[in-house]
Amino acid sequence: MSVTTDQRLEASAPSRREARRQRRGVGHASTGYAFVAPFMVVFVAMLVLPLAYAAYLSLFQERLIGGTVFAGLGNYTRALTDPRLLDGVGRVALFFVIQVPVMLVIALVAALAIDSGLLRAAKAFRLGIFLPYAVPSVVAALMWGYLYGRDFGPFSQLAGDLGLPAPKFLTSSWMLGSLANVVTWEFTGYNMIILYAALRAVPHDLYEAAAVDGAGAIRTAWSIKIPALRPALLVCVIFSVIGSFQLFNEPQLMQRLAPSVIDSGYTPNLYAYSLAFTGQEVNYAAAVSFLLGAVIVVASYAVLFVTTRRSRS
Amino acid sequence: MFINRIRRRTSAGTALVLAAALVLAACGGGGGGSASGGASTAQTVSQSDIDKAMSTPTELTFWTWVPNIQQEVNLFEKKYPAIKVKVVNAGQGTPQYTKLRTALKAGTGFPDAVQIEFQYIPTFALTKSLMDLRPYGAEALKDKFVPWTWQQVVGSGGQVWAVPQDSGPMGMLYRKDIFDKYGIAVPKTWDEFAAAARKLHAADPNVSMTNLAQSQAGVWFGLLWQAGVKPFETPSTDSVKVNLNGDGSKKLATYWGGLIKDGVVSADADFNDAWYQALNRGKYATWLTAAWGPVFLAGSAKATAGKWRAAPLPQWQAGQNASGNWGGSTTAVVQGTKNPIAAAKLAEFINTDPASTKMFATQQFLFPVTKALLADSSYVDQPLPFYGGQPVNKLFAGISDTVDTKFQWPPFLDQAVNDWNETVGKSFANKSDTNAALDQWQDRITKYAQNQGFKVNQ
Repeated sequence: MSVTTDQRLEASAPSRREARRQRRGVGHASTGYAFVAPFMVVFVAMLVLPLAYAAYLSLFQERLIGGTVFAGLGNYTRALTDPRLLDGVGRVALFFVIQVPVMLVIALVAALAIDSGLLRAAKAFRLGIFLPYAVPSVVAALMWGYLYGRDFGPFSQLAGDLGLPAPKFLTSSWMLGSLANVVTWEFTGYNMIILYAALRAVPHDLYEAAAVDGAGAIRTAWSIKIPALRPALLVCVIFSVIGSFQLFNEPQLMQRLAPSVIDSGYTPNLYAYSLAFTGQEVNYAAAVSFLLGAVIVVASYAVLFVTTRRSRS
Repeated sequence: MFINRIRRRTSAGTALVLAAALVLAACGGGGGGSASGGASTAQTVSQSDIDKAMSTPTELTFWTWVPNIQQEVNLFEKKYPAIKVKVVNAGQGTPQYTKLRTALKAGTGFPDAVQIEFQYIPTFALTKSLMDLRPYGAEALKDKFVPWTWQQVVGSGGQVWAVPQDSGPMGMLYRKDIFDKYGIAVPKTWDEFAAAARKLHAADPNVSMTNLAQSQAGVWFGLLWQAGVKPFETPSTDSVKVNLNGDGSKKLATYWGGLIKDGVVSADADFNDAWYQALNRGKYATWLTAAWGPVFLAGSAKATAGKWRAAPLPQWQAGQNASGNWGGSTTAVVQGTKNPIAAAKLAEFINTDPASTKMFATQQFLFPVTKALLADSSYVDQPLPFYGGQPVNKLFAGISDTVDTKFQWPPFLDQAVNDWNETVGKSFANKSDTNAALDQWQDRITKYAQNQGFKVNQ
């Protein structure tokens, strides 16, 4: 009896242990996959597959008469020599170069001001700057469209009362600036929050050391806080690269107010949209989208390259 | 952080949205439209088939943006209790068409019946998205409708692509008080109109005789229509005649381009906040608009109630009597529907039944297309207080008879409108040469059409 029991124990003990170990091992892996699976499904279905399909589409030309023909890289060569696309890319590049530094400097100053602790009602100030970000860009564009109004907008009326000529916010020479203003208004608070959060993570002993060395508030900001913010600033810049080159909402909504200034090729994204939904040139739109994606990758990489090299030197 | 990215992406990443839709399209294989299409043009459906279909329990989906159209649909459901209609507002105009195209490409999710504007019928007919309604007895409806509206729904091969619902024959709404103040008589010809515009501008530079919107190709087409210009003709499905810069168009361009360049007519974008304010504050002395305009204006420019009157459009020659059309829509049946008979009867019923058409005219203020209603004195003689008690509908009912029947739309209207905005509309905004802009428009559309495989002759 005992022998058999022992035998049974001997036989079962390691296998049970092994099973438990196995179960634990497998269990870990499978729960991991189970957690990741919903993301992967959505990621593949909503990002990878559409991208692959768009890439496939960009190699064809579908015509209203005569159906679909294989175009090879024809759509890409057409896009590379399409003056309207190149104009659009140039325009958003200009937008990026001017708007983003202005926005980030304002965001940085605001973040430092809040962090300094010298500001009264800092919470209200923080919320106030962030608030425009909570306004949907559709509403923002409508609101600014009203403010920019040439005949009856408040700025025009103010200028009229002062005997000045009405500002021409919606003309072709001012439009990019007017859009930059809307985008700055919308996203300064958002960038400020990122920078402010990064500032909170700076170790306090650094400040104490600086204080011991006799550094004032401005010196501390310049020599400790801003260098510590470099990674956060980089994140902001990369987001802004993407945001600028993908500019779509604001110009599309302003289009209703100044349709002749913002034409369908005003920004590359607007152009792709117009190609696909107005001209039914889905294939060409796919090629344009891919090229725009490539431009964004290159621009982001260039920003990374420049900033990391500068920080090393 | 990610919210921002996603927000920007969803708005901006059109390629992805598009591609997602097309993935569905690939799976769907283009829908079952083509199979049923060939057969339906050949044979007429018998009355017993129709009776059977109309007594079989069916649910139809109907995309339309007409507000409260449920009340007309209720009349239909009352007559055919077996048929239930699900009314869906899928957006007004272009957004709805975009959704419809996507659903058709996907081969699923498209409605049985759909509202389509006149100008878009050839665009959708070309892509075989609409059903020929002849087999369901649509040809017999012809005599109920104002001839030019019927002509708008007939295809090059005699197909009946839709049933007309409402229209927009063009006239002129004008500010009587402004005309009186500056001693301007209601212009009967475009020459008188131009003279009045200059006179008005000299008297008060802040008031414009009218506003020819830089963003409204529809008005330009309406004015071409009035002038007897045929910008597009489609002799067959794979060829198109593009004549955007012929003599008639040039005459129009010289006239309007000149008035705008001299600053006596404004060219503000329309249907936006600034434009509504301008109407309310008396910046424009007239609005060249369609028959749906009077009620629309009464709702949008309440501050000016009682000051407006209506008149026909000025004419190119004294004594002439011609107008064009701006807007108006139809009910069409979507190719690939499983319930073609019921959908065709829905289109027929709501647009021809006397009670239903009267509701459209008196409650949703759509301008009628049926001869019966345009002769109905309880509708046309109704005085409108906003226009000082003038029976405006009667005026437009008369104008409707003067619209040329032969005007045709291109099978790629979106592109034609887009390119108009970027050439002719732009020349208004920049006060540059409108005649040169016409040539650009012609050039762009010709290239586009050729690139899309059309045979183009000019």
